[in-house]
Amino acid sequence: MYQSWQLFWVFFKIGAFTLGSGYAMMPQIRRELVTRRKWLDDDEFIDIVAATQSAPGPIAVNLAVFLGLRIAGVKGMIATAFGAVLPSFAIILMIAMLFQGIQNAPLFVAAFKAVKPASVALILVPVFTIAKRTGTVGFKMFLSVAAACLVAFTPLSPIYVVVAFAAGGILYYGRKK
Amino acid sequence: MIFWQLFRIFFMIGMFSFGGGYAMLPLIQDEIVTRHHWITNAQFVDIVAVSQVTPGPLAVNAATYVGFAATQSVWGAVCATAGVCLPSIIVVVFLYLFMQKFKEAIWLKNMFKGLKIGVVGLILGAALILMTPEIFTDYIGVLLCVASFVACYRFNQSPITVISAAAVAGMLIY
Repeated sequence: MYQSWQLFWVFFKIGAFTLGSGYAMMPQIRRELVTRRKWLDDDEFIDIVAATQSAPGPIAVNLAVFLGLRIAGVKGMIATAFGAVLPSFAIILMIAMLFQGIQNAPLFVAAFKAVKPASVALILVPVFTIAKRTGTVGFKMFLSVAAACLVAFTPLSPIYVVVAFAAGGILYYGRKK
Repeated sequence: MIFWQLFRIFFMIGMFSFGGGYAMLPLIQDEIVTRHHWITNAQFVDIVAVSQVTPGPLAVNAATYVGFAATQSVWGAVCATAGVCLPSIIVVVFLYLFMQKFKEAIWLKNMFKGLKIGVVGLILGAALILMTPEIFTDYIGVLLCVASFVACYRFNQSPITVISAAAVAGMLIY
């Protein structure tokens, strides 16, 4: 039970401070669950990030649900799902009810003008740590960059990239045996 | 019954959108503005703007806002948000069971070896998508980005510390 509360709190904190997509949440989740609490190791975390990409819906919710289940079962899943969603839900509801037009308040605009480039940097951090850890160099790095360009500069859905790399892995590493 | 409809529509949106937030936007717009007229297009643009300056997944933000705007009731927001999250929860539970079952299978291990390379690319792609003139408005933005990267990667600062520092810096500079 204590662990479920901790999970709820970790995801609540992350949900309250993350701007943008689930990708922006990832470095924080990794730091809390892998580096600090050691509830799972880096290899497994990367596998989970990869697997949850292939499910529909908000990536942040997918990641939260999977990690909750993996670490503390159904209780953990309920804790992480609520933790990840509750901050956005509460903040948006408050804005919808009370602060229409807050996105134009000068102080707000100023703060977020700086926060946005900072969040891009935070998304780049795991690219480097994961690449280093998994030995993504040479031709593998070329493939990664190619995938990045496909996702960023063409309307191709990331799901195809996930499927292609999954199939590639099975064929290539399976054949070598 | 508008509550049921909200739940159903957002369930469909959650079910059929892959790739998170931005991939969902056109789908949400089509259903909520064009088909059901729950909110106007101007309101929709507002929601997107608000979502970009508030924390949390874009899809969840949009669902909560639309649910409330369409019904003027907290329950509308609850129905829409539950709807958009439920497909994820169901699919991920199956995914988890599947991965547990085949944990030791060689082909699954090989698949993940391949996927790891792809995931590095997907995350890099997400960062590339965000490198736009709207986000990097001037050289200060670029400096902030580099400084945040160094703080987090080299000096191991918590992302929450970095974001808070950037917010304060923004208020002071701009």
